[in-house]
Amino acid sequence: MSAVVDRVRPGSGLNAWLVANSSGNARAVVERGFKVIRNQNWVIVLSGFFEPVFYLLSMGLGLGSLIGTVAGPGGQQISYAAFIAPALLATSAMNGAIYDSTWNVFFKLRFANLYQGMLATPLGPFDVAAGEIFMALFRGFLYALGFTAVIAGMGLTTSWWALAMIPVALLIALGFASLGMAVTSYFTTFQQMDWINIALLPMFMFSSTLFPISVFPEAVQWFIMALPLWHGVELMRQLSVGHFEASTWLHLGYFVVMSVLGIGFTTRRLRSLFLR
Amino acid sequence: MPVIEASELTKTYGELHAVDAISFEVTPGESFGLLGPNGAGKSTTMRMIGGTTLRTSGTLLVNGLDPEVRGPEVRANLGVVPQQDNLDVELRARDNLIMYGRYFGLPYSYLRPRADDLLEFAQLTEKSNEKVDNLSGGMKRRLTIARALVNEPRILLLDEPTTGLDPQARHILWDRLFRLKEQGVTLIVTTHFMDEAEQLCDRLIVMDHGRIVAEGSPADLIRRYSTREVLEVRFGSDRNAALVDRLRSFADRIEPLPDRVLLYADDGERTLEAVRKDGLVPLTSLVRRSSLEDVFLRLTGRSLID
Repeated sequence: MSAVVDRVRPGSGLNAWLVANSSGNARAVVERGFKVIRNQNWVIVLSGFFEPVFYLLSMGLGLGSLIGTVAGPGGQQISYAAFIAPALLATSAMNGAIYDSTWNVFFKLRFANLYQGMLATPLGPFDVAAGEIFMALFRGFLYALGFTAVIAGMGLTTSWWALAMIPVALLIALGFASLGMAVTSYFTTFQQMDWINIALLPMFMFSSTLFPISVFPEAVQWFIMALPLWHGVELMRQLSVGHFEASTWLHLGYFVVMSVLGIGFTTRRLRSLFLR
Repeated sequence: MPVIEASELTKTYGELHAVDAISFEVTPGESFGLLGPNGAGKSTTMRMIGGTTLRTSGTLLVNGLDPEVRGPEVRANLGVVPQQDNLDVELRARDNLIMYGRYFGLPYSYLRPRADDLLEFAQLTEKSNEKVDNLSGGMKRRLTIARALVNEPRILLLDEPTTGLDPQARHILWDRLFRLKEQGVTLIVTTHFMDEAEQLCDRLIVMDHGRIVAEGSPADLIRRYSTREVLEVRFGSDRNAALVDRLRSFADRIEPLPDRVLLYADDGERTLEAVRKDGLVPLTSLVRRSSLEDVFLRLTGRSLID
């Protein structure tokens, strides 16, 4: 009887799926990630930390000296640096998560053949994906921690709620990472990978990161508000000054839903991504 | 019960039939070879056994389990040496072994001494803290093979294990594989080296274009598809082809290759004598025993290494 069951293709049901795709040992993938960070990759960790800091210094302080103060959440006047700092944190959470779940996964899969080695062991696609997403979030956590310390040190936060920007950065990262890995499963060449950057750059430029979206016609505003980064930026900005509205829950809910859908999507694509 | 049972196993990539409805069984403790030129479907077959390539159709059982349905359990008993080394270049040599063992869920207390043993086995003890990129091709190969043994597998899949190894290292590896075989480990080896197949395999299948063209023990295949001896003669590359018709009468079968002509006969020396008596004087000549290379040439009309 059991031999007959074994012959069928991966069965229906969560349990059958897990038996086919996981040994429950994603922890080993995480261990490997930490070992690599300990060995050599502090440089990469640091480079990701400096990017938003440089933006903050050049645009926030430099350009900000020309701009003066702008209207923050709830209408209070805040410095331009304080206006863009939370947006830069949201953007950096997005960029880090996307880099780790797309380029990094793509490279390890197609060129370094790292995952082929892992998948020759009891590790399944689920373990590899979960371990790698965890590592992406850990890096995101380090960036968020560092950047929040920098902007708090510069006096750009005015509320203890700013501490909540750290876990929220992780939620934003999870939303993007879970979706990014699924998208990567459709790509086979570096040229296709470039499309990711083409999508991300305008999202960074126009999602009320550097100026309010009220400058756009209403139709464009609606389009931007449908995109994830705008919600991340608005949420971070509200946290940085401790000003909350009903929209806070909407922004938060957006990323919860995005993460759930992203994890579901990636899960469906895991076998296509890793097993060929 | 066979450790591997494949039936009508097929893998297609678009139009290409990489593996085309092959069926075979491997019994426990057997040393089983997949022989064929590049692109014959050997590596694809190996990956399907590990469940890392999904098959298009057919059935496959490894230790009675379908690797697509129970991949992690199947691979817990496998050791895999892929055709291309896929060592973790971000880890040092010894850490490659330890971390790989962690993927199997093995504890550090077991893995630390195990890694040292395996480094010794691979003659890499002095390189244990070296970065993978700084190892030579042969060293990487040995490390990859050592890594495949970290979980003491019951089935070892070796995809062209000695490619890139020097002759001495090959013989050492063959010796180690014999010892594993003595311990009851099932070996599955793909190769396009005939001497390797003859050394290592109890039984083998010859593959070409995704199909099995012959199956048997090396001696058995040679008996069936070739003569006892082969006479190789060279007349210079421009004359070889021209003399083929004249040479045909001297042998059971004749195989003109670009650089030489092979004459299949039971007594090579006598054939050479007859050729010489006829007034043909080859630049060089060689009489040798028939090998699997000759079997392959007979079955597919092609050399194994293009």
